[in-house]
Amino acid sequence: MTMAANTPQGPMTLFGAAGRAMSAQLVRMNAAASNLANAGTVAASESEAYRPLRPVFAEELDKRSGLSTVKVQGVYRTDTSAVRTHDPGNPMADANGDVWSSPVDENAEMVEMMEASRQYQNVVEAMQTAKQLMLDTMRMK
Amino acid sequence: MIGIHSPWPDVAKQGKRSTLMSDPASANGLFGIHGAALELRATRLGLLASNIANAATPGYKARDIDFGSALKARLSGASQQQAETGATLYRVPVMPSLDGNTVELATEQTAFAENAVSYSATLSFIKGQVEEVTRAIKGE
Repeated sequence: MTMAANTPQGPMTLFGAAGRAMSAQLVRMNAAASNLANAGTVAASESEAYRPLRPVFAEELDKRSGLSTVKVQGVYRTDTSAVRTHDPGNPMADANGDVWSSPVDENAEMVEMMEASRQYQNVVEAMQTAKQLMLDTMRMK
Repeated sequence: MIGIHSPWPDVAKQGKRSTLMSDPASANGLFGIHGAALELRATRLGLLASNIANAATPGYKARDIDFGSALKARLSGASQQQAETGATLYRVPVMPSLDGNTVELATEQTAFAENAVSYSATLSFIKGQVEEVTRAIKGE
């Protein structure tokens, strides 16, 4: 039997909520990394060209505990059109001598990555503070 | 900074949340006002952590507990759940963002830090109370 990480059994705790938020930010970082890795790749036709991935988050409210966490509603491909470049020397070039390169905006992806990592850190910090307070309460000191 | 309408009209009808102490709100009880305050601080901690967790969720509306009025309600006989529900309000953003998310990290982190310090303060009051009673029992 397997158990997925952060699966809530009973009311959600602060750790469950924070863990899921961290997982969501991780998905976002992975998507940005995939986009950066595929920046500049070329394809033989417009439909084959790489389209950037973009995760969409949604709120998940646990009414029993009043906590809301994040879930990844889906990872979608953006519908930006591929960039056509005339490059007859390229082995991938079509009949017109064109190749289609992926429309990845490297700067935007770097910003996305930075934002995701900053928000990940924020959640970790909030979790650490909450954990410390819980320990203080438990030990009454 | 906090709005005027409660975002949770139906939460009061949900199942009761378990409380650690039977009646911490009684001002004559062992912990006086501090038992009720600690529970509210803990709930608010979770709520603010939820806001921080949802900093990138489109359409998410940040919430907060108006601590003063929640404590007042709790001390005048409302249950923990009623006090929290009645005092939970939507945050009014300083600058609304295009995706409808009203989390502003500066605001949330300040509130979180303030709440954490107040939690510690309340906890030390409770600790003092426990020590006092312990001393009385031992007859020191």
